[in-house]
Amino acid sequence: MNRTRLVFSGSGGQGVVTAAIILAEAAVLHDGLMAVQTQSYGAAARGGATRAEVIISDAPINYPMVVQPNILVCLTQEAYSLYAATIRPGGLLLTDPHYVKIERKVDAIQQQVPMHDTVSAQIGNLMVLNSCMLGALLGLRPLVRPESVLTVLARHVPGQFMDINRRAFCSGLELTKAEKNRSEIRV
Amino acid sequence: MSIHKYLRERFFPHIWCAGCGHGTVLNGLIRAIESLGLSRNEIVMVSGIGCSSRITGYLDFHTLHTLHGRALAFATGIKLSKPELNVIVPMGDGDALAIGGNHFIHAARRNIAMTALVMNNRIYGMTGGQFSPLSGCGMTATTAPYANIDPDFDVAALATAAGASFVARTTTFHVKEMIDLIRQAILHDGFSVVEILSQCPTYFGRKNKMGGAVEMLNWYKERTTPLGSKAKQNDPSLIERGIFMQVDKPEYCSQYEKILQKAQSANSQTKE
Amino acid sequence: MPGAVRFMQGNEACVEGALYAGLEFFAGYPITPSSEIAEQLSYRLPRQGGRFIQMEDEIASMCAIIGASLTGRKVLTATSGPGFSLMQEALGFAVMAEIPCVIVNVQRGGPSTGLPTHMSQGDVNQARWGTHGDHAIIALTASNHQDVFAITVEAFNMAETFRTPVVLLFDEVVGHMRERIILPQPGELALVERLRTSVPGGVDYHPYLPREDGRLPMSDFGGVHRYNVTGLYHDMWGFPSENPKVVHGLIRHLVDKIESNVDNIARYKAYYIDDARTVLVSYGASARSALHVVESARRKGQKFGLLELQTLWPFPHDIVGEAVGRAKRVIVVEMNMGHILHEVRKALTNPSNVFLVNRLDGVFITPTDIRQALRLIEGKGI
Repeated sequence: MNRTRLVFSGSGGQGVVTAAIILAEAAVLHDGLMAVQTQSYGAAARGGATRAEVIISDAPINYPMVVQPNILVCLTQEAYSLYAATIRPGGLLLTDPHYVKIERKVDAIQQQVPMHDTVSAQIGNLMVLNSCMLGALLGLRPLVRPESVLTVLARHVPGQFMDINRRAFCSGLELTKAEKNRSEIRV
Repeated sequence: MSIHKYLRERFFPHIWCAGCGHGTVLNGLIRAIESLGLSRNEIVMVSGIGCSSRITGYLDFHTLHTLHGRALAFATGIKLSKPELNVIVPMGDGDALAIGGNHFIHAARRNIAMTALVMNNRIYGMTGGQFSPLSGCGMTATTAPYANIDPDFDVAALATAAGASFVARTTTFHVKEMIDLIRQAILHDGFSVVEILSQCPTYFGRKNKMGGAVEMLNWYKERTTPLGSKAKQNDPSLIERGIFMQVDKPEYCSQYEKILQKAQSANSQTKE
Repeated sequence: MPGAVRFMQGNEACVEGALYAGLEFFAGYPITPSSEIAEQLSYRLPRQGGRFIQMEDEIASMCAIIGASLTGRKVLTATSGPGFSLMQEALGFAVMAEIPCVIVNVQRGGPSTGLPTHMSQGDVNQARWGTHGDHAIIALTASNHQDVFAITVEAFNMAETFRTPVVLLFDEVVGHMRERIILPQPGELALVERLRTSVPGGVDYHPYLPREDGRLPMSDFGGVHRYNVTGLYHDMWGFPSENPKVVHGLIRHLVDKIESNVDNIARYKAYYIDDARTVLVSYGASARSALHVVESARRKGQKFGLLELQTLWPFPHDIVGEAVGRAKRVIVVEMNMGHILHEVRKALTNPSNVFLVNRLDGVFITPTDIRQALRLIEGKGI
């Protein structure tokens, strides 16, 4: 049984919940996998801390929450401080150097990917940071097929924004594919 | 004789006290309905709880006797579900404006085509004579033994401010006027309110030394006046009767029909 | 042919189930964590000619669906704890006047405003006894989206069959979680339509005179039969009555029509029950954690089983007694201070074998929580 538990964390408005939904939906609708997605809610929709969870598996999923993720994405320093210690040994911790300064030593592969700077330079609209993050993630761990994500994105994103989302996703994918071919940094 | 067909005589005698004004309202109501030639099957009457609410049981329409204060909420469900029905909602003053005050203003705000009859006897009769939000300052009730300090609502002003598009007031003394106003209210395409001052000699009259039914009816005759009359200018304390508001504006169910069309045309464009 | 695979929230699965069952009218008031149901239906219902209204509060919402039901529609409202509290008086009216309707309560932490965005199952007894006076009620639940869909359809079917309000007790985790669902095709699940009287117009129709089989055919408001509906005790005409024989006959009818059908109303799922020494009894989202524990125990060769209840009220004592009576230990897993615990104890000859494993802090109970409690119960320490 293959099972990957993911946590995407950051602040409200960065699109971490949407990214989690898109990834899980791609797994279920296009890659024939099981997936559940949950999120922790607060009263504030924008600016507060957010956390979204996804489990992807080839077997039915009962307990739907993620306590210890195999893959943790942190897009704020606060999220990094809160959750870095929960990652499973040998897991993947994906951060962005613009938002997160790596502080602690964890038994995981800490991958710093300049998603913010890439999106700023190539697209100029941080609204699509989450699509870039999904690309970067799939470049490192091929959980679902990239074309599945693009199909789901096209359904979720209003037509006029699809192009920049696709470009952000592809640039994320390129960023880490290249990175992966080099050595993974173990901090 | 023809108005008898609107009564469920099987369930008589009624529960109202001798001298109560509510029987007069029942009489005026069925005469108004008869004059409109409405079929009994197209009328739904919804009431709450209290002396007034028992009116529905005696009438041979589709009748729904609900919860204290909630008649308009039940009625809204019926009307939106089947807008072709004529929905009439008789309520007491405490029923409509204390416990049911929120539903009253929101039904008015939606301007949903129903007729609310506020049978205002200024007292909770069924529970034994406690003051209501329409009793007014200085009145005595079983819960206001030292005189009431709660100011009252002006039902007509409240209904108008909340958005009702037909608002009128009359009394059980002015029966012909009552029939005419109820008739106009039923015909009106929007939320219509008719406040009917209705005597309660058993509690309000007795507690406030207003005499029996005859004296109370005489009080309505002497202390009320047609809207805009000269008498009102001379004596501002007189209560005005007549139509306070009558205006055409979008009715809720008609507006919902437009939503249905909009949603269904979107349906035909994008098949899910 | 299998239906379409979809990925959605539990609240959305409930909407899909309601529409499949023939929902025509919804009235509601926004409240977390149920609001997605109202949002979805405001979009979906008018597309198929149904009607949606956002009322001024939950009291009015419950009243409005009762009114609409009397005109012949299948009706729904959805809320959470505080709103469900406000609906109790009108829920009792629907019981007394025998109005088919479905009420969804996506439970959150209580009492009062409590924990709006967190998980709880603290309203189970409120669903049973929230409205005043003796009465019977049907309350159903589910733990995954496929079952949320199916049980929502069942709720509409039971509301029509028994002329009663049916409460769907979901919870924040199931309501907000997204997962896979295969939408059933039309015809795949049985639907119960309203039983209408065959009495012609002009002939006396008795709205509250049960047939031989106990069912009461209805007549739509606006149709050819004019009758009275009241929340007072009433006779076969629907007219208020204080006659002791009428009163006793009605309360017995209202309770018996449900309690005597407990086996027909019972819905549950049994996992690895037959040889189980330790049986977990759970429902709603908690049953997911319980099943996780049971399956991992079975992989280790431990004889664990799970009885997942979908019908909470009327409580199926006989079925529960039969299913778990032979187990050495019965562990009730629920996110409250023991609402069905006592019912499970009542169902068993040896209630001292029944233990509660719960969590009250808004955090969804984990398999680890259950395992640790089990170790304590077994005297092994944490």
